[in-house]
Amino acid sequence: LPPLTPAALSVTCTCFSEARVKLCMTNCPTLIVMVGLPARGKTYISKKLTRYLNWIGVPTKEFNVGQYRRECLKIYKNFEFFRPDNEEGLKIRRQCALSALNDVRQYLCMEGGQVAVFDATNTTRERRDTITRFAEQNGFKVFFVESVCEDPDVIAENIVQVKLGSPDYIDCNTEEAVADFMKRIKCYENSYQPLDEGLDRELSYIKIMDVGRRYLVNRVLDHIQSRIVYYLMNIHITPRSIYLCRHGESDLNVRGRIGGDSGLTSRGKEYAKSLGHFIQEQNIKDLKVWTSQMKRTIQTAEALAVPYEQWKALNEIDAGVCEEMMYEEIQEHFPLEFALRDQDKYRYRYPKGESYEDLVQRLEPVIMELERQENVLVICHQAVMRCLLAYFLDKSAEELPYLKCPLHTVLKLTPVAYGCKVESIFLNVEAVNTHRDKPENVDISRPTEEALLTVPAHQ
Amino acid sequence: MRERGSLSAAKGALLARQHVVGAERAHPDAPAEDLGSMVGTCLHFSLFTNSPTVIVMVGLPARGKTYISKKLARYLNWIGVNTAVFNLGQYRREAVQTYKNYEFFRPDNEEAMKIRRNCASNALTDIGAYFTKEQGQVAVFDATNTTRERRGLILSFAKEKGYKVFFVESVCDDPDIIEQNIMQVKLSSPDYENCDKEEALEDFLKRIECYKMTYVPLDEEKDRHLSYIKIFNVGSRYLVNRVQDHIQSRIVYYLMNIHVTPRSIYLSRHGESDLNLLGRIGGDSGLSTRGQMYASALAAFVQSQSIRDLKVWTSHMKRTIQTAEALGVPYEQWKALNEIDAGMCEEMTYEEIQGHHPEEFALRDQDKYRYRYPKGESYEDMVHRLEPVIMELERQENVLVICHQAVMRCLLAYFLDKSADELPYLRCPLHTVLKLTPVAYGCKVESIFLNVQAVNTHREKPPNVDINRKTEDALQTVPEHV
Repeated sequence: LPPLTPAALSVTCTCFSEARVKLCMTNCPTLIVMVGLPARGKTYISKKLTRYLNWIGVPTKEFNVGQYRRECLKIYKNFEFFRPDNEEGLKIRRQCALSALNDVRQYLCMEGGQVAVFDATNTTRERRDTITRFAEQNGFKVFFVESVCEDPDVIAENIVQVKLGSPDYIDCNTEEAVADFMKRIKCYENSYQPLDEGLDRELSYIKIMDVGRRYLVNRVLDHIQSRIVYYLMNIHITPRSIYLCRHGESDLNVRGRIGGDSGLTSRGKEYAKSLGHFIQEQNIKDLKVWTSQMKRTIQTAEALAVPYEQWKALNEIDAGVCEEMMYEEIQEHFPLEFALRDQDKYRYRYPKGESYEDLVQRLEPVIMELERQENVLVICHQAVMRCLLAYFLDKSAEELPYLKCPLHTVLKLTPVAYGCKVESIFLNVEAVNTHRDKPENVDISRPTEEALLTVPAHQ
Repeated sequence: MRERGSLSAAKGALLARQHVVGAERAHPDAPAEDLGSMVGTCLHFSLFTNSPTVIVMVGLPARGKTYISKKLARYLNWIGVNTAVFNLGQYRREAVQTYKNYEFFRPDNEEAMKIRRNCASNALTDIGAYFTKEQGQVAVFDATNTTRERRGLILSFAKEKGYKVFFVESVCDDPDIIEQNIMQVKLSSPDYENCDKEEALEDFLKRIECYKMTYVPLDEEKDRHLSYIKIFNVGSRYLVNRVQDHIQSRIVYYLMNIHVTPRSIYLSRHGESDLNLLGRIGGDSGLSTRGQMYASALAAFVQSQSIRDLKVWTSHMKRTIQTAEALGVPYEQWKALNEIDAGMCEEMTYEEIQGHHPEEFALRDQDKYRYRYPKGESYEDMVHRLEPVIMELERQENVLVICHQAVMRCLLAYFLDKSADELPYLRCPLHTVLKLTPVAYGCKVESIFLNVQAVNTHREKPPNVDINRKTEDALQTVPEHV
């Protein structure tokens, strides 16, 4: 066998299956089909699910039929477009759905996609049969996600959060928009055929009722569907904030050394105190505090004088043979490795260590629990924080290893509409910079100066 | 909210106790001063449980309640959540001594009703004791619990004590499955010791009829405030209501991944490696000549078994990959299946470990399950990292897992319900395949040595585990090597 060097790992095996880091999630592609009346959270779920699947490494894309309709129609007049007796409207809507399915086929068959999320109401059995036939013809598995909700408060909140800001209502005032949207919902109500326990017992689906109070799960076929169900059953929409920050500045930080398990510098301890004050000022309800099992995060949490939990999964990336080295030393002793890492920082695995890709896998249970929880402060490390941040802000594998997560800065993430609001709060205690940008020259035969061009200053 | 009361109690807990997975304690290398300052606020794991949880099984006889109870308890214990099953049938057998026939279960049998109610009461009392005196975290109340009245009794009991309740109802109307169940587990029950098969079957069916008359399933409307999962027809459909917390979410996920399709799981280590021969632990060496012979023998074995749709899994380490390559079939690599990371002791012989780190060596012998190599892992860490592997093994059917000694011990402990104390000493010799086949409530194990000699890598716990022990005492049980 050829040697298992990190970058070469993906091409090393002559075995039949791909030498992937993770379990092969899917053999045939999966088509997730959303079902539900307007304002039931379908797009919210679609986007969130897509973000999660991409983060764990399953290429996923959402296809929102409403967008196709907007492109086709250009101008939305009012709810009458959606009247079930509007022949012209029905024709256009059907065409849009087919056009979207066409793009789905393109994505799954030719662009390397593994999961496509078909985001539309899909409220009639007829429409769902069309989709099922389409999937069968193309060898896709189908999994329906139906959102059922009759709580008028939840629906009203949805409309306010995401519909009023829609391009459809750009020129309307709030009252008009709400009134029109309610009439739009009415247009769908009469022809709505929910997934039925009897008639649809051969289909694979999850029915989400009342924003997650109750679920009906039918015929989960494979691993990816099982993971999707688990994820959907753990997310919630209760308002809350997640605070991400690194430990206070550590002794190894100031010396420009990576990894290790050192304690805080005096500035780091000052930061920990400031963090304590910050938390107090924020007056956060039932805040949970999580740290890794490394001294520097634990010492930081100790200063808060509140209960905290340690997760081994939050430990910093293991730099293997490069642990506790400065970049200059890595360049001196392992110039090849150093270059390979710059070539593919996400997938590169330190010899006897880990890659960012490995980190994501080990952080998945943390993300799952973050989804379950409400207000949480996570005190972690640079690479770990980049991974978590990439999940919340939907950053690609290419961007992830270069996200800026400076010391002594808290990122407050608050879910809003379909995404996440980020507030960056620097707690006014100076710290060394530990961010190394990707240098221009990543060639394995590059001269030392070019390799070390972007190394931040240190003692 | 603090989990522990006094400072010293917490400190004691920090240094000694068993932890649930994710219940992370301070790094063993943490200097003394950190330890002191850490004690007041570090939680010992609220993630799994704050209040204890009672899982209440619901369903007619022969619906798989005991099967689910035992399997769930095995899983929870393996991931570090102290769980016990309380089977009402056993209480009844102790109270009644001799089972005559189904008439005992007739709803109009007042005498019997009284006995059964007493049994339930006793079981609940024992559950209380399990939580308060034995550090139990989850109790599975395995009984039919088919009436609203009985479930109400349990809910009141739990409410009074501050326990959470999660119902697991198994609904099945497929007569084939029910008959299968009866054949597999009921006919051999103590109740039917002196009956022939036909008699037993007939009596049991009448028993089921007795329950049917008063069976009130969990109702979507009336029971909408309860937390439960309803399993239909062995998992083709699930209804999940009001999952309250992390442990309930994990339980639901687990229940939704298990199945009863017959299959076998084959566990084996890689072929003998070069480092094995030298008596060195860890590392990433290739196979020795004999190891390669084993790989070929394994291939022949797999072929001879004619296994349907066999999946083959390996770790990311050379020795398992080389072993799989000889099979000539597709295989998948899991980083999670990599051998335990021995940190600073990687690639050392036990003699060298004793020479350089005698105290660590002794500490490991004192608590091999929880001991974490400096800059390495513990068996406890490994169980945590292997959990997704177990979950996927549950989903799959026929699988051959080619892994490593410590990894195989963890997996084996899950399937054979071994405790944390037994786990690190389970025997997993090289060149031996363990074929595990689920049967009744447990797992049948067949051990197949593939007739290629290999070095022994099993080190027993020595009698002297004191940190001041002599070198000879420490090395007493080290297996021979080059």
